[in-house]
Amino acid sequence: MAFLRAFGAYLPPRTLTNREIAERLSCEEEWIRSVSGISTRRIAEPAETVADLAARAAEDCLAHAGVDRSRIGLVLVSSGSSERRFPGPASSVAARLGLAGVPAIDLPIASAGAVFGLALAHHLAPAYGEVLLVAAEKMSDQVWRDPVDRNTAILFGDGAGACAVSAHEGLAETKAAVLHSDGNFAQDLRLEFGQPLYMNGRAVIMQVSRKLPRVIEEVLEAGGVAAPQVDTFLLHQANQNLIVKVAQAVNAPPEKFFTNIERYGNTSSASMLIAAAEWSQQAGFRPGQPVVFAGFGAGLHWGAVLAVGS
Amino acid sequence: MNPQDKILAIIRKVAHKEVSPAPDESLFDSGILDSFALPDMVGELEKEFRIQVPDSDLNPRKFESIERIEQYIAGRA
Repeated sequence: MAFLRAFGAYLPPRTLTNREIAERLSCEEEWIRSVSGISTRRIAEPAETVADLAARAAEDCLAHAGVDRSRIGLVLVSSGSSERRFPGPASSVAARLGLAGVPAIDLPIASAGAVFGLALAHHLAPAYGEVLLVAAEKMSDQVWRDPVDRNTAILFGDGAGACAVSAHEGLAETKAAVLHSDGNFAQDLRLEFGQPLYMNGRAVIMQVSRKLPRVIEEVLEAGGVAAPQVDTFLLHQANQNLIVKVAQAVNAPPEKFFTNIERYGNTSSASMLIAAAEWSQQAGFRPGQPVVFAGFGAGLHWGAVLAVGS
Repeated sequence: MNPQDKILAIIRKVAHKEVSPAPDESLFDSGILDSFALPDMVGELEKEFRIQVPDSDLNPRKFESIERIEQYIAGRA
């Protein structure tokens, strides 16, 4: 059990529109919008790294959290798009934050990395006190690599999100976390070094359409909360059509699902925390109100975390 | 209705189109079913034929044409 102190985010200023993509890939703007719900996405500068994006989101989060960074006992950094095999960005991010010496763990889990990190922080905060979770992705380097696959290139954007998790106090208390993995479908969504991203979209959607609603139901059951009681669902922003499907499957109104994919695209593991950061500025936790975090991605990995406003 | 007619009725329902694909025609390549209609179709097949499709069988190729769907359902019966 832990508390969520604050969220933070960083989105690069450069915007890539559907019109620009349509011209580059010789496709229709409306097709991009209809299959994904995305209008624009943010693109990092060529020299910017995953660690650069992560450090900016972490600083934003710490500014909101008001926590003395010397109390941070653990840093978790999720990214499926980091530039090298090792070391991952976690230790660099921690060092930039003045946290050299603090254990910093990489979670190389695309898309579901943030929910995995949040579930780990839920369990580890009692041992480490203050945990800083960051998820950062520079997907543009991956999906715009030749040969470009238009079915994936249209979907992704760059960005980073962060969450400060505490053993002691916060805006919400985590009540339950459920994680799953199934390597039988590892080949359906993968990113090999030096290769374009491969996604068997039909296979992935068939899996996620079942697994994501099911894990949401599992975490609600574990927390003793019924779906109609949930105030807000904060999901990995993979595809607007998919979010609508999940809403139907858990029998919840789509308006309870906060979305920003229309503006930022799919930022892989960063998306859930970017969404949480925006939602917390616009609405945020309310006392006693349950909020569900959930994500799904390559691996396959999927999971959900239930938190209730303090 | 025979199984192929039942399958066709489900395809039309989830595709929201009065389509008439050949039994061996790919429902994907022909544009009849998009990625998001596919899970809906599997759900309808489960209800209509009273079968459970396990996650391990959620392979698009098993559901690519009326013939393949019919074969799959016959194997689950």
